[in-house]
Parts: sequence; C-alpha cells; structure tokens
Amino acid sequence: MADQTTNPIAFVADGTIPPSPPPANQTGIVKWLRENLFSGATNTILTVLSLLLIYVLLKNTLPWIMNGVWNANSLAECREILAGKTGACFAVLTERWPQLIYGFKYPTDAYWRPNLAFVLMLAAVAPVLFFDLPRKLLIFTALYPFIAFWLIWGGTILVPFVALLGCVAAGAVFQKLGKNSFAAGFFGAIIVALVVWKLGGALIPEDASEGAWLSAVPSRDLGGFMLNMMLGLACVSLSVPLGIALALGRQSNMPLIKWVCVIFIEFIRGVPLITLLFVASVMLSYFFPPDSTVDLFLRVVIMITMFSAAYIAEVIRGGLAALPRGQYEAADSLGLDYPQAMRLIILPQALKISIPGIVNVAVGLFKDTTLVSVISMFDLVGMIRGPILASTEWNGVYWELLGFAALLFFVVCYGISQYSQWLERRLATDHH
Amino acid sequence: MSTMTDPPKADFRLSMLINDTRYRSLTFQVIAAVVIALSIWYLGNNLIQNLRAAGLNISYTFLGDASGYDINQRLIEYDSQSSHGRAAIVGILNTLLVAVLACVTATVFGVIAGVLRLSNNWLVSKLMAVYVEIFRNIPVLIWIIIIFTIMTAVLPGPRAFRGDNPTSSMLFDLFAFTNRGVYIPRPEFANGLFSATILNWVVVIVFLVGSWFASREIEKRATLKQEQTGERPKTGLVKLAVWLVPFALLMAVMGLTWNIPELKGFNFSGGIKIGGPLIALWFALSIYTGAFIAENVRAGIQAISKGQTEAAAALGLRPGRIMNLVILPQALRVIIPPLISQYLNITKNSSLAIAVGYADITATLGGITLNQTGRAIECVLLLMLFYLTASLLISMVMNVYNASVKLKER
Repeated sequence: MADQTTNPIAFVADGTIPPSPPPANQTGIVKWLRENLFSGATNTILTVLSLLLIYVLLKNTLPWIMNGVWNANSLAECREILAGKTGACFAVLTERWPQLIYGFKYPTDAYWRPNLAFVLMLAAVAPVLFFDLPRKLLIFTALYPFIAFWLIWGGTILVPFVALLGCVAAGAVFQKLGKNSFAAGFFGAIIVALVVWKLGGALIPEDASEGAWLSAVPSRDLGGFMLNMMLGLACVSLSVPLGIALALGRQSNMPLIKWVCVIFIEFIRGVPLITLLFVASVMLSYFFPPDSTVDLFLRVVIMITMFSAAYIAEVIRGGLAALPRGQYEAADSLGLDYPQAMRLIILPQALKISIPGIVNVAVGLFKDTTLVSVISMFDLVGMIRGPILASTEWNGVYWELLGFAALLFFVVCYGISQYSQWLERRLATDHH
Repeated sequence: MSTMTDPPKADFRLSMLINDTRYRSLTFQVIAAVVIALSIWYLGNNLIQNLRAAGLNISYTFLGDASGYDINQRLIEYDSQSSHGRAAIVGILNTLLVAVLACVTATVFGVIAGVLRLSNNWLVSKLMAVYVEIFRNIPVLIWIIIIFTIMTAVLPGPRAFRGDNPTSSMLFDLFAFTNRGVYIPRPEFANGLFSATILNWVVVIVFLVGSWFASREIEKRATLKQEQTGERPKTGLVKLAVWLVPFALLMAVMGLTWNIPELKGFNFSGGIKIGGPLIALWFALSIYTGAFIAENVRAGIQAISKGQTEAAAALGLRPGRIMNLVILPQALRVIIPPLISQYLNITKNSSLAIAVGYADITATLGGITLNQTGRAIECVLLLMLFYLTASLLISMVMNVYNASVKLKER
C-alpha cells in the first residue's frame, strides 16, 4: 500500500487501446495481390508469364482493332485509308453484311421476312426457356414453326395452313382417344394428320405460289448465319422428342424395339456427322420415290436430327437411370399404366436431370451446323470461304471475317451455356 | 373362403392382344416388326428403282481401278497409278496419324489447362477459364480454318529464306516454317542393320520396349527391397542408364545422322515435311478438344474430397507427392470415361480434314474417289464402316484400361 502512495503509478490505462490497422501488406489490395498472385516463387513466375502473355496479345490486337476501317469498298481501299498503319478492315463486314447473314441469293427486298421471323423466334422461345411467363404464350410457340416457314420460304400460305390443320386435327384426335388409351390416341392422331395432309396437299393447286403475297424463295437460296440458326433451331426442337422416344425404346423390355433403338443409337454415335451429311447430299435421294425431289435443306435436317437425337437419347437414358427404382415401383403401385407413369412421374424428373446434358448437345449441334459448308451449302462459314474470300474486292481479308464468325458463335453458344447453368440452379430442389 | 384363386382360364379373345399385358408386348413387337419390314422394303424398293433409272449397280470393283489422283501427305508408297483401294488405305493411315497425334497433344493441353485452372494464382486460373470458354464455344471447323489460314497466309514462302539478306530464317538452322509446310530434321541410319528403313525403326522400338521392361524390373526390385528392409535404394541413375546406354550404343552402331532441311532452288528439300493441312488439323483438334479435356480434368480433381488432400498433408507428404500419389490416382477414375469419349470425338472430328484438303479417309474415299467414280453409296458405306470400327476399337481398348484402373471393390 505504501509503495503505491510513494511511487505514483506512471501510467494507467483508462480505456481500451484503439485497434491499430493491420500491417500494410495484410490488408486491402496488397493482401489480395500477395495471396492470389505473388504467394511464392512459382506463383510469381506464373503471374509474370501470364501478364507477359496478356501484354503480347493486347499489343498485337488492340491497335489492329482500334485502327479498324469501317467504310471502304475493297481491301485496296482499306489499305489506302490505313496508309501503312496496322489496322483491321472491318469494312468487309459492313459491305457484305447481308451476305453474311442471309446468304448471297436471298432476295434483297425480302430481308424483312427473316428479320421478322428472328424477332418472333425470340418471342416463341421465351416461354420455353423461362417458366415464369404465362403458359398461354406456348400457343404462339406452337404456331411459330408454321409462321416462320411461311415467312422464310414464302409462297402460298396454303402449305403451312394445311400443315397446321393436320397438326390441329391430330391434336384433337389425341385429346379425344388418348383419354382411354394412349396407343389409340397416338396412332389415331398420326393417321388423321396423314389423311389431312394428303387431302390438303391434293387441294393446293400447282401454281398456288404464283402471285402469292410473299414471293417464294427456294431452299438453295438460303444461306449465311440465318441458315445456321434455322438448322440449329429446327434440328434441336425435332431431336428432343425423337431422343426421348429412342431413350425410352432403349429401356424397353420388348427385345425387338430395344435392339432397334440400340443399333440406331450406337451406329449414329459411331460415325462422324460429315459422313451423315454425305449421306444427305449424295445418298439419301436414292431412298426417296424416283419421281420425288426432296430438297437438300430437308435432307440435311433429317440427318442432323437423327444425329443429335442419338446423342440426346443417351443423355436422357442417363437421366432415366439416375432415377431411383422406387419411382418406377411407386408409379406401378398407383396403378398408372406405362404412358401415364412416364408422362406424370418418370419423364418430368428424368428430363430435369438431363437438362444440362441436352443443352450441351444443343450447343454442340449448333456449332456442328457449320459442317454443312463441306457439302457446299453456303452457311456463314461457307459464305466466308466461298463467295466473299473469292471475290476480287475482299480476297485476303481473313481475320476480320473469321473473327466475326467466331464472335457470333461464341456469343450464342456462351449465352446458351450460361442459361443452362442458371436453369440448373433454378431447378435444384435439393438442399445444400 | 379362399380369396386367392387363379383367374379363370378364359378362352383366348382377340381383345386380349391389346388389353392383356401377357400378349400386349408381343402385339406391339409384331406391329413394330411389320412397320420396320415395310419401311425397309419401301426404301429398298426405291433404291433399286432409282439405281435402275440411273443405270447403276452396287459393286465394289472400282476399288481396284487406277485412281488417277495424287496425294501429297502419305505414309506409304502411293502414286496416281495406284488403285482407289490403296488411296483409301493411305487415307485411313492419315486419319489414324492425325487422330493419334491430336489425342496426345490434346491430353497434354487439357491436363495442363485443367490443373492450372485450379491454381491458387488468380490470374492464371482466370486465363485458363478464358481459354476453355473461348475454345469450347467456337466451332472446331472455324479453328481449323483459322490455323490453316495462319499456315498458308501468314507464314513466309520459301522465297523469303533466300538471298543474302533473307527476311525469314530457320529456327536454330534446323526447322523451317514456310507456307508450304513445316520442315524438320529427319533421322537417318548410315549403316543400318537392315536395308529397309522400316526394319531399322522396328529395331529401335524393340530396344526402347526392352529398356522399359528393364526399368520396370528395377522398380519392382526396389519396392521388394523397401518392403524387406524399409530402405528404398536409389534407382534414378540406374534407370537413366538403362534407358540411355543401349539406345546410344544402338545409335552409334547404326550410324545415326540427321538429314537437315535446306533451301534448294525454289523450295526446301531434305528433312521431314509436315504439310500445312496436317498441322492445322492436328493443332486445331488439340486445342479445341484440350479445352474439353481441361474441364474433365478439373471436374475429376474437384470430385476428390478435400479430406484426401488434408489427410495426405497430415501424413507429411509434400504438395507434389500429394498430387501424384493421392489425388491423381483417384481423379483418374473419374477422368478416364469422359476422356475416352473425347478421344472418340477427335477421331470423328478428324473427318473435317476435307475442309482443308488433308488427305484422310473422308477426303480420299469420301471426296475424290466418290466424285471420280460416282459410287456414292459404296463409298459412304465403306466410310461409315471404317469410322464405326475405329470407334468400337477405341472404346474397347479404353474400356480395358478403365477396368484396370477401376476401384477394386469386393
């Protein structure tokens, strides 16, 4: 006690010491840099190498893009404008834009038709992609193929109308008969559709397309990126139902149906798409009736659809196999028959599991539509390698054109895969 | 009182074919068989009528006729007097060549990119993500064309190497990159054991395989010794010697010399010429498929739970050994099945050779031969047969390998 009074205490803390900031190298951007880029010798070397790579890439491409010429009529003119500087000649894109998008034979005054079809496509696809939209919009989606067909090919409106009529009649028959027996409804619908199409086809006069409101455009005049989009969209939407049928067939316990499906799937998956396109271009016409002419576009659609259906079937088979056995047994014990069990219990779950795989196939298929340029259809790649690079004005403008094609495909494919990831998160019902 | 009675043995009625599950599947299969038979008959009938109308028949004798076209890139002797069949074989070998090359390099690219994408280094992992996304989302055909354009339009012609002040020069004076192809030195044997070059190469391969067996034997003995004494003898130098000494001796005996490409007149001569189309196809398939393999590798490594890494670290293993001894052996089981399908994809995508004029089977049999002979059906069928066989063989081989590394479960 005495000590305390004689030796007054030099310092008494009368509050907490304010926390001092962390050392400069343990905070903020410095810490992040240290931890993520320079945490060790190897890491530092890797960082420096990456920076070097990025620098080299930018140094070579940036001036090229920045100095790009957008207005010129030929490569020579571009070079004149650039006057020795490095720079891209993007003028080829602006000057040949219609060719790149619509192909070189599509009538110029009809460009609004594919444009309109494209805008309507966005509207038709939206309710399929986003479940929150009102379900009534699906009616427009169902009508869209006929509208798009009429817009792009033109000619008489009777053709898509009869086709639509057949589908509507088939749907009505299925509603009526399918209540009691799925098989009766299914086969009845097919027969009714065929009858309507046959009758309607006979009623359409030969020269109906003469003087039609929209002038007729033959398939061989389609081209450019439009062709890629049409092939991609048509084949994906056709191959999903076919793929489901094949997957179910492969799981079937009827040996004949099972083996037909297995052989079909394995055969298609074993050969490259090019050979199937060869079949479409040189071989398939031998299998149609002698006096009929089935145009190349349809033949290609048939073969690509078969190709992607085989892959989609395998994806869906994976989804079916992933379902626990109990789901099948539960459906049986409820007294549901096979079509009901599939439609109400199995397929909704199996398809949900398969969505990422199906989207992968769709992206791959869309990329593969470029292969049609090999069988001399003028899609985007075919246009670039054929008419545009061969022209005297633009002979030698490789990078701008190929870069443009690459960019278009990248935007579409990357967009689809981002959508699929969003959908996967959206559909996830399990808890993590 | 019995509630369990057999259903009454009713007479067979026609409606049972549809309503009775015992007969229904049979009914459906009969219907399916009839439909299939009818469509085959319909298609076959159309085919016969069309062929008759065109004055054609199905025959494979054209394979023996002289082809009349030349192939630049070839592994076996071939000239325009050779038969179409031989052209097809040249094509098959070229397909296999580019497929094997691309499989090897795609695996290398894919593993490097996949591992680097999981790197702690933010910049590197983002760069790899960009690589994967860019290459996966752009059609391989566009990549092939882009690289082919680099090969033909950007690389200098042989003329640029000429003169006192050439604008281009050979890399290390050994490799020449020209728009006509890449020239690399070719090993030659001055006094080989056999007169035929191919037999000499067989000898080299036999030696290498022998060295491989010997080094495996050394490893086995080292393991045995480690199990007995706990000490593992150092084997590195011995193994190196087993690989190098016999090989060096063989090379000295056979008199290895390098035939270095040099500019003669308007073009390079000597060395091995690798054509632009081959390089375009090889490189494009490698980087494209490499991006897919990178994703498989990443998924495989991520599938191994973090506890494995931590347990290995707790045992005192260093990061490199953790990867080699603990993570990769387990990750391989996840990686290999998708890797098999990537190899299949490479083989099938190599058919895009036709777009850049590389003489693979699609370009010879399905391209020039088909156009010259007009035998569309025969050519396309043979083409499909080849790819089917190749696909089946690859999946068989890889499945055997997969079974050997599979987790052994009881």
